[in-house]
Amino acid sequence: MGVVEAAALAARQSVMIIACGALAREILAIKRMNDMEHVSLNCLPAELHNRPERIAGAVQDAIIRARPNYGHIVVAYADCGTGGALDKVLEAENVERLEGPHCYAFYSGLDNFFDLGERDIDTFYLTDFLARHFDKLVYAALGLDRHPELRDEYFRHYSRLVYLAQTEDPELRAKAQHAAERLCLKFEMRHTGYGGLQSFIAAL
Amino acid sequence: MTDSDEIDLNALGNDELVAQMHDDLYDGLKEEIEEGVNILLGRGWEPYQVLTDALVEGMRIVGIDFRDGILFVPEVLLSAGAMKGGMTILRPLLAETGAPPVGKIVIGTVKGDIHDIGKNLVSMMMEGAGFEVIDLGINNPVENYLEALEEHKPDILGMSALLTTTMPYMKTVIETLQDKGLRDDYFVMVGGAPLSEEFGKAIGADAYCRDAAVSVDTAKEFMERKRNQPSKTSS
Repeated sequence: MGVVEAAALAARQSVMIIACGALAREILAIKRMNDMEHVSLNCLPAELHNRPERIAGAVQDAIIRARPNYGHIVVAYADCGTGGALDKVLEAENVERLEGPHCYAFYSGLDNFFDLGERDIDTFYLTDFLARHFDKLVYAALGLDRHPELRDEYFRHYSRLVYLAQTEDPELRAKAQHAAERLCLKFEMRHTGYGGLQSFIAAL
Repeated sequence: MTDSDEIDLNALGNDELVAQMHDDLYDGLKEEIEEGVNILLGRGWEPYQVLTDALVEGMRIVGIDFRDGILFVPEVLLSAGAMKGGMTILRPLLAETGAPPVGKIVIGTVKGDIHDIGKNLVSMMMEGAGFEVIDLGINNPVENYLEALEEHKPDILGMSALLTTTMPYMKTVIETLQDKGLRDDYFVMVGGAPLSEEFGKAIGADAYCRDAAVSVDTAKEFMERKRNQPSKTSS
C-alpha cells in the first residue's frame, strides 16, 4: 500500500467526536481508559449552553470541517435545549448523537432519569463540569453576582440542587454544596459515573 | 444608560420625563420608575397613558435589545421588576376607569415545567397592552387549562415550556381541546426557548411567539381577526 492509500485508509478508520465543551474532561478520561487513539475530539464552547439556539449551527459547521479528514463523525451533545433543531442537522448530515434531552439524563441513565422526572421537577442539576464552573457559567451568567436579588426570579420554584457526580472528588462535592447554599436549595449528591457517555464513546 | 442619581425627575418636562423613564426601565431602576409614574399621575396624566407611553414603550425598547442580543435575561428581569413597580401603582387606577379589556388570555407553563420567567414577562406585557390575564402559574396538567377555559371564557390560551422534555405536552393539551370539540373556541399561542415556528404548526397551535413583544402583537392581531370574524369563538 502506498503512502497516499495508507493515509486515506487511516482517515476512513479515524473517528471525530464533536462535543460540548462541558464534556471534554470526561470524554478524554473515557478515551484514556479505553486506549482509543483513533478517536479525535473537537469541543465547542460550553458557553453555547446558555444560547442553545446556536448549537445546531455550530455543530453543523464543525461536521462540515471534519468531514474530509474523518471516516466516522459522532456528536457528543444531547438535544440540549435545541428543541429538535440539532436532530434536524444531524439527520441531514447522517451523524449520530448522544441519546436523551441533556447531559443530566445520559449521566443518570435515560430510564432512571425519566422515572425520576416527575419527582425531580423542582431539582436543579449540577455535573462535575457545572460544579467546577458554577461561578462563571451559572451564577455570573444569570447575573446573580451583580444582582443576587434575582435569585427568586430564577429559583423560586426549585427546592433542591442535585449534584450528579461523575468522579469522586471531595473538592467538587464541596463546590456543589456551596452552590446549593448560595442558591438557598437543599443539597443532594448522586454518583452517576459517566453513565451513557461511557458506552457511547467506548463503542467507537 | 444614564446616571439617574443626578437627575431630578420633577424638574423634567413631560417628554423628557418619559424619555428618562424609558432609560430607567432599561436600567431596571424600580424606585425611579415608581417616582416617574407618580409624577405623571400628579400632572394629570391618565393612568392608561402613563402605562402605554412610559412603561410599555420602555419595555418595547428593552424587548428589541433583548432580541438583538444587546441585553440578556438578567437585565430584562431587572427591567421587568421596575415595570412591575409602576404597574402596582397603576393597576388599581386602571381598574377604576372601567375600560373594557382588549381581550382575555389564560396562560400557564405546562405540566412538568416550573420555568416561568418567559411566561411572567408575557403576562406582564399582555396586561400592559390592556389584556385581562388569568395566570395559572406553573406545572399545569390539561385539567387546569380546561377548568380555566370553562371558568373564564378567554379569547386566547397561552402555553409556555422551557424544556425539550415538557414542550410535547402542549400537543396533549391541544389534542384534548380537539377531542372535546373546544379547539376552535380559542386562539392558542405557544412559546418557550426550545420551541420554533415549525413546532407550533406541528402541534396545531395558532401561533408560536418567540418573545413577549411578539406575543402581544400576535394577541392583538388575533383580537382584530376575531372582531372581523365573530364566529371564530364562542365567548
